[in-house]
Amino acid sequence: MKDLSKYWRTNLRYMLILMSIWFVVSFGCGILFVDQLDTIRIGGFKLGFWFAQQGAIYVFVALIFVYVYLMNKLDKAYEVDE
Amino acid sequence: MDIQVWTFIIVGLTFALYIAIAIWSKASSTKDFYVAGGGVSPLANGMATAADWMSAASFISMAGLISFAGRDGSKFLMGWTGGYVLLALMLAPYLRKFGKFTVPDFIGDRYYSKTARIVAVVCALFVSFTYVAGQMRGVGVVFSRFLEVDINIGVIIGMVIVFFYAVLGGMKGITYTQVAQYCVLIFAFMVPAIFISIQMTNNPIPQLGFGDTLSGEQGVYLLDKLDGLSTQLGFNAYTNGSMSTIDLFMYTAALMFGTAGLPHVIVRFFTVPKVRDARKSAGYALALIAILYTTAPAVAAFARTNLINTVHNSEYATTTPEWFKKWEDSGLMAWIDKNGDGKVQMAAGPAFEGKKIEFEGERRESNGERVVANTPTANANELYVDRDIMVLANPEIAQLPNWVIALVAAGGLAAALSTAAGLLLVISSSVSHDLLKKTFMPNITEREELLYARLAAAGAVIVAGLFGIYPPDYVAAVVALAFGLAASSFFPAIFLGIFDKRTNMKGAVSGMIVGISFTMIYILIFKFGVGFESVKAAKPYQLFGISPEGIGTIGMILNFAVAIVVSRMTEVPPQEIQDMVEDIRIPRGAKGPDHIH
Repeated sequence: MKDLSKYWRTNLRYMLILMSIWFVVSFGCGILFVDQLDTIRIGGFKLGFWFAQQGAIYVFVALIFVYVYLMNKLDKAYEVDE
Repeated sequence: MDIQVWTFIIVGLTFALYIAIAIWSKASSTKDFYVAGGGVSPLANGMATAADWMSAASFISMAGLISFAGRDGSKFLMGWTGGYVLLALMLAPYLRKFGKFTVPDFIGDRYYSKTARIVAVVCALFVSFTYVAGQMRGVGVVFSRFLEVDINIGVIIGMVIVFFYAVLGGMKGITYTQVAQYCVLIFAFMVPAIFISIQMTNNPIPQLGFGDTLSGEQGVYLLDKLDGLSTQLGFNAYTNGSMSTIDLFMYTAALMFGTAGLPHVIVRFFTVPKVRDARKSAGYALALIAILYTTAPAVAAFARTNLINTVHNSEYATTTPEWFKKWEDSGLMAWIDKNGDGKVQMAAGPAFEGKKIEFEGERRESNGERVVANTPTANANELYVDRDIMVLANPEIAQLPNWVIALVAAGGLAAALSTAAGLLLVISSSVSHDLLKKTFMPNITEREELLYARLAAAGAVIVAGLFGIYPPDYVAAVVALAFGLAASSFFPAIFLGIFDKRTNMKGAVSGMIVGISFTMIYILIFKFGVGFESVKAAKPYQLFGISPEGIGTIGMILNFAVAIVVSRMTEVPPQEIQDMVEDIRIPRGAKGPDHIH
């Protein structure tokens, strides 16, 4: 068995980074800074509106799969995979 | 063929499929009944979770709500998807490693206390019953509108179907019917959306279509057109919000943390074989949910534009479309000719006083419209539209073929039935497992427990059906309570149970009680006006500008604060509990539930 407290700390670091992105795309882009972003346009979408109704959801899906990938690798490295 | 025949055929086929699956997947042990034997593949579990999660509200109501709320509707979109990130990263893998049957199992074991378990059971029951009432009502509405059977008979048919696969198959039956129901509901949602997107923007992908240019007008973007139409009629621009930032923030957060704390969602992750599967299947679930959730805002924008284009300034006697009159007959749309020009005018503000629209029987006005008993308001708006019909009426508004309209009915039923079944399972396992086996009758055998589980499921189906037939008129309002309670009770207790070894029984229980009480009292006062008639009259009735739907976020923060402080001031949890926390943090060695028994 390798050092499990290090495994746990790495896991927490991954979580913290990914949850920060989660916060920025939803509460940040979709709510707090939505009006500022709305001054930028992409096609027919105002950017803030797009994040609030589309973009945030796509990023959510991506975040979970990134976490799955990172954790599968981490589990193997610390020999705690099943 | 007409709509009704198509609906009978399509709904009949899907129901036959659900029953066939139920017979094939009969449960033979408590492990089958509670967690489908613990052997569901991550993709199948993802589909089942998605169907479980997307209820009548997601399928029927959400796009309609967004359609009228514009950008403010984003709270539902982000709120009901963002919780899955919390689940996948913070809860699901660890609860799977813990490897038992229910959420109260975890709370009870981690906080070594029957009190904690019972508090959790009460919350789980309350949240689930609140939710299930709305589902059975949704089933009744779809039946009465599309098959023209009595709403109560519709509810009873729905009960019989759910009874069949939930009572026989338990979680195993529910899981595999939910997989089928996911396919039905997503197909039913996407087909009309794609048709309408092509019609309006020549773009077959609705997610891109609503940011595209209109097919009728060269170089004009759909959303710009809709903003223009909305402001012309005196509404807010569609892509601008009117809710305050703090309220939107709290509301969205409450839905997210509430989602992550809902027992019927969490328990789905107990059914996969490994910890890594729990993470992966949360990813699949959200990806599959996102298909509907990114299409819904497009449907909302299309429907709003279509509604204004076809109804506003149309002459009731001649040019107002036929579907308008059908929905008027079922009491979900209404028109009053305030300025006497014979045309339907839309404007900001409600057309009538009062929350519920009442008609004077079948009496008709000179143009042929039904007479509304409510007092008309002073503003220029002449049109009443029930939010719920936007998805159901959308294919008719866009003049799509009859089979598409029938498909939407089958999709609505699939969404309502799959969610109802998932909730019924939580209710039955709370009673048979947490209350009987683990608290009051520890000596019953597995066979007896399975029998009690089936009896509890049967009882729950009947209660849910009664809710559907005699709906408490506050159903919509209590859903706010369900999310608020889940956010302010379960989420902090589970999160701290995993991430903070120091949290002990006293901390967790006092945190849950403070969080729930605060949230419940705030909602009772500011949503229902309990005890303060003056508060109810003074709208917007709320503190710090936070609506009752968003107060769960504050309740959650209070729960966290109390739990952490009280734990630090009282004893350290026993060594075996700390070892258990160490153990659930490591994936290796995850066992099926029956190894622990």
